[in-house]
Amino acid sequence: MKNLIDFFKSFLLLELLKGMSVTGSYLFARHITVEYPEEKTPQSFRFRGLHAQRRYPNGEERCIGCKLCEAVCPALAIKIEVAERADGSRRTTQYDIDLTKCIFCGFCEESCPVDAIVETRVFEYHGENRGDLYYTKSMLLAVGEKHEAQIAKDRAADAKYR
Amino acid sequence: MINIEIDGKQIQTENGATVMEAAQQAGITIPHLCYHKKLSIAGNCRMCMVQVEKAPKPLPACATPVVEGMKVFTHSEQAVKAQQGVMEFLLVNHPLDCPICDQGGECMLQDISVGYGGVHSRYHEEKRVVLGKDIGPLVAAEEMSRCINCTRCVRFGQEIAGQMELGQAFRGEHAEIMSFVSGTVNSELSGNMIDLCPVGALTSKPFRYKARSWELSRRRSISAHDSLGSGLAVHTMNNRVLRVLPIENDDINECWLSDKDRFAYEGLNSAERLTTPMIKQDGKWQEVEWQVALEYATNGLRHIANGMGAEQIGALATAYSTLEELYLLQKFMRGIGSQNVDFRLRQSDFSVDGKQQGAPWLGMPIADISKADRLLIVGSFLRKDHPLLAARIRQAVKKGAQANIIHSTDDDLLMKVANKAIVAPDALVEVLMQVSKALAVEKQGQSASGEAASIAKSLASGERVVVLLGNFAQQHPQAAQLQALAQQIAALCKGKFGFLGEAANSVGAYLAQVTPGAKGLNAASMLATPRKVYVLLNVEAELDCANPQQAIAAMQAADLVIAMSAYKNHAMEYADVLLPIAPFTETSGTFISTEGRVQSFKGAVKPQGEARPAWKVLRVLGNLLKLDGFDQDTSEAVRDEAMNGVDVAAKLNNAIDGVEVQAAPSASGLQRVSEVPIYATDAVVRRSAPLQATADAAPPRAWLHSDELKKLGLQAGESVKISQGQGSVKLLAAADDKLPKGVARIAAGHAATAALGAMFGTITVERA
Repeated sequence: MKNLIDFFKSFLLLELLKGMSVTGSYLFARHITVEYPEEKTPQSFRFRGLHAQRRYPNGEERCIGCKLCEAVCPALAIKIEVAERADGSRRTTQYDIDLTKCIFCGFCEESCPVDAIVETRVFEYHGENRGDLYYTKSMLLAVGEKHEAQIAKDRAADAKYR
Repeated sequence: MINIEIDGKQIQTENGATVMEAAQQAGITIPHLCYHKKLSIAGNCRMCMVQVEKAPKPLPACATPVVEGMKVFTHSEQAVKAQQGVMEFLLVNHPLDCPICDQGGECMLQDISVGYGGVHSRYHEEKRVVLGKDIGPLVAAEEMSRCINCTRCVRFGQEIAGQMELGQAFRGEHAEIMSFVSGTVNSELSGNMIDLCPVGALTSKPFRYKARSWELSRRRSISAHDSLGSGLAVHTMNNRVLRVLPIENDDINECWLSDKDRFAYEGLNSAERLTTPMIKQDGKWQEVEWQVALEYATNGLRHIANGMGAEQIGALATAYSTLEELYLLQKFMRGIGSQNVDFRLRQSDFSVDGKQQGAPWLGMPIADISKADRLLIVGSFLRKDHPLLAARIRQAVKKGAQANIIHSTDDDLLMKVANKAIVAPDALVEVLMQVSKALAVEKQGQSASGEAASIAKSLASGERVVVLLGNFAQQHPQAAQLQALAQQIAALCKGKFGFLGEAANSVGAYLAQVTPGAKGLNAASMLATPRKVYVLLNVEAELDCANPQQAIAAMQAADLVIAMSAYKNHAMEYADVLLPIAPFTETSGTFISTEGRVQSFKGAVKPQGEARPAWKVLRVLGNLLKLDGFDQDTSEAVRDEAMNGVDVAAKLNNAIDGVEVQAAPSASGLQRVSEVPIYATDAVVRRSAPLQATADAAPPRAWLHSDELKKLGLQAGESVKISQGQGSVKLLAAADDKLPKGVARIAAGHAATAALGAMFGTITVERA
C-alpha cells in the first residue's frame, strides 16, 4: 500500500510542486535582504561597533582614568596609564584598545561611570596592517568627535533603560 | 571568663571585652569604621550597631562591654535596619568619586556600602564641601570631603605617634579634620594614618593616581632600613615597586610601619640608579659589559695581591646588605688572603674586639620591651633611629613603665621621661659610672642625690629592667666602656641589656663574620692606614663612615676602588670600577633583625637594567679568581652555607669582659655631637624624594646652647663656619637650650657635612 502511494506521489511531481509553492510564496513576499552597501539594515541605539572616547560639550575629555573598563575587559584589550595632570585632575596618559583582541561585548561601556568610552554604530572600518586596528587615545577621541551627535542621541534614547 | 551568645553561637570571652572583640574572636563580622583594635574606642561612626536582647535600642558593638548571658544579634532585623540607616547617613555627605579615589577597591566604606547601602540616594540637597589641606609631602589630605570623621587619624596621633598633629575642629556638619594652624604632619609614623583611614580622605601622596589596588601584585619582603625587621608587603606593577604596606606581626612591628620603611621605595626608582657596569679609563667613565668590568676588577685585585700582598686589599660593607652578600664578601676577601673586612663603618671604638663574647643584639625579644617596667636608654636618638621601638616604649610608659634617658641631646621623645641626664659625650661614661655606683648604694638601702641617683632609684624599684644602648652609644669613642657599664647596671638590677641595632642586618653581619678577626684591620684602621685597593659593598664612603674626611682621602689615594653599588653616587669621583647591584627589593636574601630573627625574603621585582644581585656578582668574582667554594646556585644555598651549624640563639651574646672603665678627661673646646638623620641612613632612603622633602630631612644646622652662641658672639640663624680636621663647612647656626653646654650638634651622614671629620671630637665654630 505504501509503495503505491509513493509511486503516485513521485509520478504526479507532488513534492516538486510543494517545494515550488514555497519558492513562489517568497517571490511575492516583502524582501528582507538589502543591497549593501547602497542599502543598510536599521541599527539599534545599543549597537556595539567601533569604540569612541567622548568629550564634554566644553571640550574636556570625559575619561578620568578609573580603569574599570580595563579591569572588566574579558579580552584584556584595553591598556591604560594614568597620571595627575597639571591642574591636579586624574587623567589618562595612555588609553589604547586593541581591536583585534576586542570581542565587542560592551562591558567597557557598561562599566564606565562617566560615559567616556562608548561603542558607536560604526562597523565599517578596517586595517591593512596588523597595527592599524590598535586604537590609541587620540584615535578614539577623533572617532568620538566625528560621531558625537549620534552618540549623544543614542545615549539619550537608552537613558531610561539604565 | 564570660559566656555570651552572638547570632546563636556560644562564645567564651574575657571579662571586660567588648561585643566587637568577642565577635571578632568568634569570626563573626560586624561592620565598623571607627573601631580599630590598636586604638582607643571612640564609638562615633555608629556602623557597628547590633541588637542586644532586653536592650530597648540597638547598641554599638565596639563600645558595649560583654555581660554574662548576653544575647547579641548582628543580623537581626533591628540590627540590620540600624546599620542601613547609619550607612545612609554616612553616605549623605560622602562624594561619589570612587572612580578617581585612590582608596577605591580597598575602601572600608565602599565595601560596607555594598552590603548595607541603598541602591538609590534619597538625599538630593547639596553635599558638604571640606577644603583639602596640605599636610606635608607624605600624606595627601586633598580630598577631605571624603572624610567621615571617624577620628582614627587623630587617635593614632595621640596614642601611638605621641603627638596630636591632626585634630577635629568645629562641630556638627562643619566638623573637619585639620592640622593645627595649617601646619604639616611631621611624625615619623605619619604614613600609618593612610592605612588607618577607612575612606580616601588620607591617602599616600607619592602613590597618588599611580595604580588601582586590584592591579598590584603583592610580594613579601623585609624592611631594609632599620634593625627591627618589619614585614613589608611590596606592591608592584610592571616590574616597578609602587608602594609598601606593613605586614602585621605583633612580635615585631604590630600593624605599623615607620615612614622610612613605607616611603623609601621611591628611592628604588631614582634616576640615579646605576644600571650598567662602568669602568674608568683615562679619567672617563665608560659603560662596559659585565665580563669586561669583572675582568678589570679581578685583574687589578690579582695584580695587587701578587705584587704588594693581599693585606693591601680592604673591603667595607654596610649592614644594609643581605646576609648572603656579606657572607660571600668576607669569604671572597679571606679567599684572596686578606682579613681586612668590616661593616662597622661608623664605629670608632674597636677595643671591644676579642672581649665581646658573641654578636651584640637587642638582648631580648622585641615584644619583651613592652613588658619592661623600668628602662634605661643610653645614647639613642630613639624616635628617629628606631621609630617603632620608640612607639613600643611609649606604650610601655603609658602602662606605667619608667623611661630613663642618658644622652647628649634632649629631643622630645613624646613620652613621659622619668629621669634624664643630658651630658656632653665625654661625660657619658662618668654618668653611667655614677648610676652604677648609686645602684650599688641603693641596694644597701641608702640613697644618694642627683640625676644619676634618681635614675638608679628608678631602676632599683623595677622588676623587669631593660638597659638599651642606642646608635650614639655604639658609635661613641668609649663604646666598650659604655657596654661594660650597661652590663654592670643590668646585672645590679637583675635586668637585661642590649643594643638597639643600627642597621637591618647588624646582627647578620656579625654572624656572617664580616669582622676582621685578630689578624685583619677593622674599618677605622683600614681608612687610617690607607690600603691600595678597596672593595665597597653598598657603601657611600663620604656618608657611611665615621670619619668622612679620612674615608675620602683613603679612597682617593687608593690604586683601585671597586664599588658595588645600586646608585651612581659620589663613588664616581674615586672609584675605578662600578658594579651595579640590586637593592633589597630586587634580590633574594636574608636579614637578621636586632632580636636575632632570621628572615629570608625573595625579590619583588627584577633588577633594573644590567644590575645583578650582589651575591651573584661576588660569586662570579670568586670564580674568576678561581677561589674554592663559590659555586652556589641560589641565594638559599649561600644562606644555608653561611648558617650551617650556626645556632643563632647561642651566638647572640652581649656579654663583655676585660674592659677597664675609666672616666675620660673632659675635653677642651666644643665637642661634636652627631646623629645620622632619620632620612640619611642608607643609600635608598637618601634618594627617596618624598622623604627628602619632609621636615626631618631639612638641611643640617649647627645646634648650640644659646649661652655657647653668645660666648662665640654668634646669633641663631646666621651662617657659621664649622671646622674639624682639615675640612670645614658652612651651616646655619641654631639655638637649642636643651643641649648640654660645650657641645655642637652637627648631623653626620649628610652631604652638607661630609667635609668634616669624625662623628665625635672637638670642633670649632666661628663666624663665616
